[in-house]
Amino acid sequence: MKRDGSFYLNPYLGGFLLGLVLLSTYYITGRGLGASGAIKSSVVTTVHAVAPDHAKQSAYYSQFLSDKKSPMNNWLVFEVLGVLAGAFFSGALWGRLKTKVEHSPKITGRTRLISALIGGALFGFGAQLARGCTSGAALSGMAVLSSSGIITMLAIFGSAYIFSWTFKRLWI
Amino acid sequence: MTAPLIPLEQIPEAWNNVIALMLGMGFGFVLESSGFSSSRKIMGTFFGYDFVVLKVFFTAGITAMTGIIYLDYLGVMDASMLYINPYYVYAAIIGGLIMGAGFALGGFCPGTSFTGVAIGKIDALVFTIGLFAGIFLFSEAYGLFEGIFNGHFMGTSKIYELIGMKESVFAALLIIVAVAMFFVATWVEKKVDKVNY
Repeated sequence: MKRDGSFYLNPYLGGFLLGLVLLSTYYITGRGLGASGAIKSSVVTTVHAVAPDHAKQSAYYSQFLSDKKSPMNNWLVFEVLGVLAGAFFSGALWGRLKTKVEHSPKITGRTRLISALIGGALFGFGAQLARGCTSGAALSGMAVLSSSGIITMLAIFGSAYIFSWTFKRLWI
Repeated sequence: MTAPLIPLEQIPEAWNNVIALMLGMGFGFVLESSGFSSSRKIMGTFFGYDFVVLKVFFTAGITAMTGIIYLDYLGVMDASMLYINPYYVYAAIIGGLIMGAGFALGGFCPGTSFTGVAIGKIDALVFTIGLFAGIFLFSEAYGLFEGIFNGHFMGTSKIYELIGMKESVFAALLIIVAVAMFFVATWVEKKVDKVNY
């Protein structure tokens, strides 16, 4: 196994291991994995800190606020801190720790960053509407065969397939 | 039945965050080791030059699904206690379509962008700033979208019930479809020109 950044796990082995992590999560906690929920917690916390009355009166933020604990004291926030640590460990192990803007040679770094910002905003928005992202809705949903998760998964991949050809110049 | 462990109080609630951190580490390690910290590797699935996302995602999904069905069958875990995302038809579809557009522009999904951030990708970091902005916008404009968000509620529906199939039959079909997709994907990968990234 080379440590120059070129090594990747066999995708079926990677998928099997990811499946075991997901299965363990259900076995232990009764819920699946997630990602966007942790960012939601940080949005709720930030808004609550800057404008507490606004947050309490909002029909959306107020669902995630409690007098007992901070929205940051949340399962998904700790899980995502783990994701960062685990990914860092993997990057260090395989020699992939490097600060850079990865982009197609056909576009500039600036174009890449602008499209990443807009893409992130759309993803965040859509994940709120669908009550979860690729992790919490689609992947965890497939494990328990939920209609919501599988329908959202088909919508994400179908739409991403069409739009990726629309924005082909960004990638190849 | 002893599982799921925390809801059945087999493990004290106090361990919850420690367990979250450990499972998250496993999640992050596998995603990064599989190559999900690179947006151009991820996007290969849509252009046909690298199907790692399709292979990892569906292998993980069918592994976890099979494990859950089997543990329930053995009487080790009560699968009816597992959390199921409620199905609001419009929100699930429209939200997914918007996420797909974000995927094609940003090259990441939230989980994979965190692994990119962890190894130093600036584009991944900017994507997460976008996530923050998008969630903030949705929350502030919630009133406008409340109708879609709460529209056409179908409970905690299961996909096999929705299409009138037995769970075991649907699960078996899903595995067959996944394996067929893996063969097709590998065949397409060989036909499509390699992209260097």
